Amino acid sequence: MGAWFADNGLLLGLALLDGLASAALIFLVAVGLNLVFGVLRVLNIAHGSLYAIGAYTAAGLGAALGSGSLPAWAALGVLVLAAALVGAVLGPLIERMLLRRIYAEENVLQLLVTFALFMMLEDVQKLIWGVQPVHHDAAMRLFGTVDVPFGSDFIPFTAYQLFVLPGIAVLVLVGLVWFLRATLSGRMIVAVTTDREAATAIGINADRVYLLTFTAGAVLAALGGALSSPTAAIVPGVGASTIVLSFAVVATAGLGRIEGAALTALMIGLGRSVAVYFFPEAEVLIPYLIMVAVLLVKPQGLFGTLETRRI
Amino acid sequence: MGITRRDAVLGTAFGGLLLPSTLRAQPAQRPQELRIGITTFLSGPASVFGVPGRQAAEMLIDEINRGGGIGGVPIRPFFVDEGPGVEHLLGEFRRLVLNERVEVMLASISSGSCLACTPLAEELRRVTLLWDCGTQRIFEERRYQYAFRTQANATPEVLAPLLYLLKRKPDFRTVAVLNQDYAWGRDSWELWRAGMQALKPDARVVAELFPRFGATDFSTEVTRLLALRPDVILSTSWGGELDTFIRQAAERRLFERSTFVLPLAESSLERVGRSLPAGHIVGSRGDHWFQHPAPADKARLDRFVNNYRQRFNSYPIYPTYHMYQALSALQAAYAKAMAANGGNWPNEQQLAAAFPGLEFDSPTARMTIREDGQGLEPQLIGTSRHTDALPFATLSDMIVFPADLVTAPVGRNSVEWLRGLSRDILDRVPAPAG
Repeated sequence: MGAWFADNGLLLGLALLDGLASAALIFLVAVGLNLVFGVLRVLNIAHGSLYAIGAYTAAGLGAALGSGSLPAWAALGVLVLAAALVGAVLGPLIERMLLRRIYAEENVLQLLVTFALFMMLEDVQKLIWGVQPVHHDAAMRLFGTVDVPFGSDFIPFTAYQLFVLPGIAVLVLVGLVWFLRATLSGRMIVAVTTDREAATAIGINADRVYLLTFTAGAVLAALGGALSSPTAAIVPGVGASTIVLSFAVVATAGLGRIEGAALTALMIGLGRSVAVYFFPEAEVLIPYLIMVAVLLVKPQGLFGTLETRRI
Repeated sequence: MGITRRDAVLGTAFGGLLLPSTLRAQPAQRPQELRIGITTFLSGPASVFGVPGRQAAEMLIDEINRGGGIGGVPIRPFFVDEGPGVEHLLGEFRRLVLNERVEVMLASISSGSCLACTPLAEELRRVTLLWDCGTQRIFEERRYQYAFRTQANATPEVLAPLLYLLKRKPDFRTVAVLNQDYAWGRDSWELWRAGMQALKPDARVVAELFPRFGATDFSTEVTRLLALRPDVILSTSWGGELDTFIRQAAERRLFERSTFVLPLAESSLERVGRSLPAGHIVGSRGDHWFQHPAPADKARLDRFVNNYRQRFNSYPIYPTYHMYQALSALQAAYAKAMAANGGNWPNEQQLAAAFPGLEFDSPTARMTIREDGQGLEPQLIGTSRHTDALPFATLSDMIVFPADLVTAPVGRNSVEWLRGLSRDILDRVPAPAG
């Protein structure tokens, strides 16, 4: 074991650095899905579409505002602005027009409705942005690169992936935990999540909580997409691959658990990176191996709690 | 008068053998319109090829119809999306043939789609032109009467860049591969590896990376390759994945450490702009390139490129040329079949019989379909370079590989043929033309 680390320790270090950026993006998307499910109890497949639309909008807005000639932090601000716009417009629209009508329906119907919405939004994306890959990497370029020592060599990393993405993910995690535990609106969300009937009985406006939560989830999905747009080409179908991974994170984390989403995203991000170095064939399997391993030991997920079934 | 046993036998012989063959020999009636089905990706990641393919089809069919159609019959296309998968595609293929009565099918982009469609084409006896898919297995594993490919297959598309590398940068010692994890990514690597083992047996493979199909981030793979410093990095990836890989590799200066060989990068050049630096090897799945050094008919190439740019505001990429080739082959086959049929409209057997040995024009060359149904298409490989004229890389030191040099002979398995290559083949590689 010691000999293995002596041979591969440096590579393992590189893999961990790579895994951080990947984990950050996974967390941003999955935490929104987890938050929405925890409160609304709706597994929103259209979450992947919000990710894709956030990415397309960020690339479009960046190009329109010429973010390549802006300071790095302003270019980052453009990405955040795009995510906020997408979440603030589409979030309330979807919650009010569609989800509010199906809260009382069976889970299967809810799944079908959000799946139908996902399919429609896929076509909307193609109508607006076409099918050619869209790319706007100004933010990544503006932050430059950092040379990480690697024995007698060095490896260039982009500062955007090494510092900016993990930094934003940590900010979102801390901000969400603070919001839910220390603010009145956050505590109302926790109350509705725990027991909607009791929460409404003491005067909490559950409809308002639902709207607020879904909008926040939509902003987070769009933020994940917007922050990924400088590093990846946006293509038709990107929403579908995102939602599948997010479901794995949510199931592993425990439905509705924010800290669980962070830990799971970190495990998946790091696990996939390490796999690329040492077991490339297993990289695709890593999220699902982690999910199966966790659910075998804790069927309710890493941070999930057992619920008494109400009759 | 009773029917004797002799009458019955003669009647059966006439009815069972002579009559159908006589009927088959009858010319078909000239239709009001020539219905053709075209399967292409209109959704999913591969729509980066499928939609330009459809656009080219619409543009070219408009042009053909304005010129009077084929044999005076206008073409009416029916498009089918390959995106939902093979089962859906087979259902649509059957529906188009049986219900819409299309006379010819143009299928498909995905090799999986083509492998599924060709047996069905044979079953339905419908001429099917494989217009873009690359798998070499189709005509190596079985003979078809109704299926023909109007472009090259994966073997020349992989061998040509390998030969180019061996001619231009022969001193490499280590190779890494990063391909998409699906049939094309795996098959193309198997072909490359077989050829490399025969022609450069001392080259060592230091990494085989197959990120999942549809991956959106290659940061980890780029780090791995930066650490390994292979002399050559091969990637047969395409679409958004290739774009992302190029951009991430450029940002992190991987292009400064390794020579990239990108057999499909022609289709990404305009999108990635200056991210792809000079000095790397680029292929185009054929000899398609708007700055082709020696096209057979420059006016024809310029007309196609200009018309496409005018209508769709981008340079044509390889699927558009492949669509041109399929429609050109179709026109040539109908002309040949009608000439052989006294000017009458051919039935499906007569049309199918016109394809083996058929010659037709692509925008850049004169092409042939072999007796096994495989098209012979030259391969153009070049080195990326930058000029002030365009905001993206163009090609220098282009070599146009003759189709028969890089295509496995009729009846030969490609992998076995590649394993048996000798370095003599390098002596037959033409000199760079531009």
